[in-house]
Amino acid sequence: MDLAPVIDGFGVVLEPTNLLYCLIGVVIGMLIGVLPGLGPAATIAILLPITLGLEPVTAIIMLAGIFYGAQYGGTITSVLLRLPGEASSVVTVFDGHALARQGKAGTALGIAAIGSFVGGTVSIIVLSVVAPVVASFALDFGPPEYTALALLGILLVSTVSSGDRLKAVIAACVGLLLATVGRDGFTGAERFTFGSLELADGLDFVPIAMGLFGLGEILYNLEERHRKVQAPATVANVWPSRADLRQSSGAIGRGSVIGFVLGILPGGGAVLASLAAYAVEKRRAKHPERFGQGAVEGVAAPESANNAAATSSFIPLLTLGIPANATMAVIFGALLIQGVSPGPQLVTQEPELFWGVINSMYVGNILLLVMSLPLVGLFVRILRVRATVLAPITVLITLVGAYTVNNSVFDILLVILFGALGYLMKKLGFDPGPLVLAFVLGSLLEDSLRRSLLIFDGDATGFFTRPISGVLLVVFLLVALLPPVRAALRRRRATPAENEPAATTTTTTTTTTKESV
Amino acid sequence: MTAPHSGAHAATGPGGQPAAGAGPAPAERDPAAELSLEEAVHQVEAEEHEGRPPAAGPLANVLVAAAVVALGVAAVVGSAALGVGSARDPDSGTFPLLVSGALVLLGLGLLAVARRTEDAERFTGASWLVVAGLASMVGFVALIGVIGFEIPAALLAFVWLRFLGHESWRTSVVISLGVVVAFYLLFVAALSVPIPHLF
Repeated sequence: MDLAPVIDGFGVVLEPTNLLYCLIGVVIGMLIGVLPGLGPAATIAILLPITLGLEPVTAIIMLAGIFYGAQYGGTITSVLLRLPGEASSVVTVFDGHALARQGKAGTALGIAAIGSFVGGTVSIIVLSVVAPVVASFALDFGPPEYTALALLGILLVSTVSSGDRLKAVIAACVGLLLATVGRDGFTGAERFTFGSLELADGLDFVPIAMGLFGLGEILYNLEERHRKVQAPATVANVWPSRADLRQSSGAIGRGSVIGFVLGILPGGGAVLASLAAYAVEKRRAKHPERFGQGAVEGVAAPESANNAAATSSFIPLLTLGIPANATMAVIFGALLIQGVSPGPQLVTQEPELFWGVINSMYVGNILLLVMSLPLVGLFVRILRVRATVLAPITVLITLVGAYTVNNSVFDILLVILFGALGYLMKKLGFDPGPLVLAFVLGSLLEDSLRRSLLIFDGDATGFFTRPISGVLLVVFLLVALLPPVRAALRRRRATPAENEPAATTTTTTTTTTKESV
Repeated sequence: MTAPHSGAHAATGPGGQPAAGAGPAPAERDPAAELSLEEAVHQVEAEEHEGRPPAAGPLANVLVAAAVVALGVAAVVGSAALGVGSARDPDSGTFPLLVSGALVLLGLGLLAVARRTEDAERFTGASWLVVAGLASMVGFVALIGVIGFEIPAALLAFVWLRFLGHESWRTSVVISLGVVVAFYLLFVAALSVPIPHLF
């Protein structure tokens, strides 16, 4: 492996601007992880306009910082308030909050921070080794491979998304349709523009992401009855004892590995990784009954895993150009806006960007470790900020930000429109994540599909005779068809009366994830 | 690689570790110890949804599915008009047609399971807050070109704080004015963003 570009990457990171934006990114990430309401995808979407004036490396360094910073921040609310700020911190609630009730909130936060740091760092190192290999492998990918890859990516993200699978796939289809709006690149025909000049160049990614993720989430939260704000448990000593560290070291190691592997899979990501790591620890433990009662491993494993997964989910994006989850889809969009198209050629053509972003994560993780251990008290105090005060500020940032992209009022209207759609989708059980992901991948999918058909001279079996696209498509069919078939079989066996719908959907989701693993 | 599913069940179910010991443990207070991991996760997620409106009825679910089908049909018609093409010679309408065809089928699938769907929420009185929020944003857009962003922004923040968020009058006034000053300093004075402004 040629180390020169890796070392040059450190040079990029250490430029003062990049260090500053790395710090800004991780602080914002940590804040939104702690604050109620917005998740990382929404925050990154809202901040997209800011990135337009930045260098591509600087922009992505900041956005990446928000993403993995949020993994640290989510832990704080899980432990202190039993409210997981992020879905990937849900399992941390069990043992983390139990520890807090025993007056050991500091230990839980300290162990989580150290686990997150180790998980993140291990994952960056492996990422640095694996990513160039994957990229060089993918250099030979042609249109058929990309067709299969994009299809599989969209399906996996829909499968593992929160909520109903069927609805997630519907959302993805709508995203694909929205991607076709505008002039057709092959024939020049105008599609679904309804004669509008503004739509002739197609829909912009920024207003869609800002509306669906940003405004949609704010509007959805408006309806919530405000729960009484609990006083967070006091955090005394965040430095874990040597005994705690020894006890959790194995869990941190295993969590890091599990997180890295699951993070690579499209749709896998941090949520699945934290669940799997917790389950593995509980299964291995000599006294599994300690779990849920305040076992430090129960905090260490999922927190290491979700951070490792957050890092490794950059692999599919930076090496294949396929985002692995909703947040990566927004970062993908940010790259496209910067004129960088992520794909296998990124490592060789834009080494400064590639290694700059990866190496910035070392710095970001160190910054986060510093913020989560000595400065944790500061972030705990932020928990008192009310959602009702934050909401109008976020709305104004979104609206003004949307305007600044093209200095156009039409863009603000689009954001509001997609905000309303995002609200309705969340309200009716449709996860907006697959829609945004499919929108981002839509033109890639259509281009590759049409090119492939031209290559194969209209013979669709060509997809299956090429080894890589064939395998990917078989996996696609398995993931798509097995769960409904199984569910149908199960329904035939069980009487409909005792078949609770909620249970059915969850088991199908988990069975599919099993297949994908 | 162990999937979370199998791990979760082995932890408390039969066939896991010998004498897993979850049963006799004095774990009555803590749900996470008795339930399987999957159930415990669902419980935490359900707690987070405590303040949300109740689930929508079957009629709403049927309407949602029908809307999906209608959207799909409209897209099929629109794509067909663009030129269907063939596998050998794909046209502008080929890909949208495939996708919208899939959308129709998926919508029909949703219609079939509409009576068992429970993940949609009912529209309640609180939903008017969302309508009001959207209206305030549309008002903001309508006014920004005429009188600049300052007054509409202050009004929007005030409406959200006082009427949507039930903050006190004093807090609402102070924060909405503070936000506008901060925005002015940041966007107009510091970044010179060409947003329409009054002053």
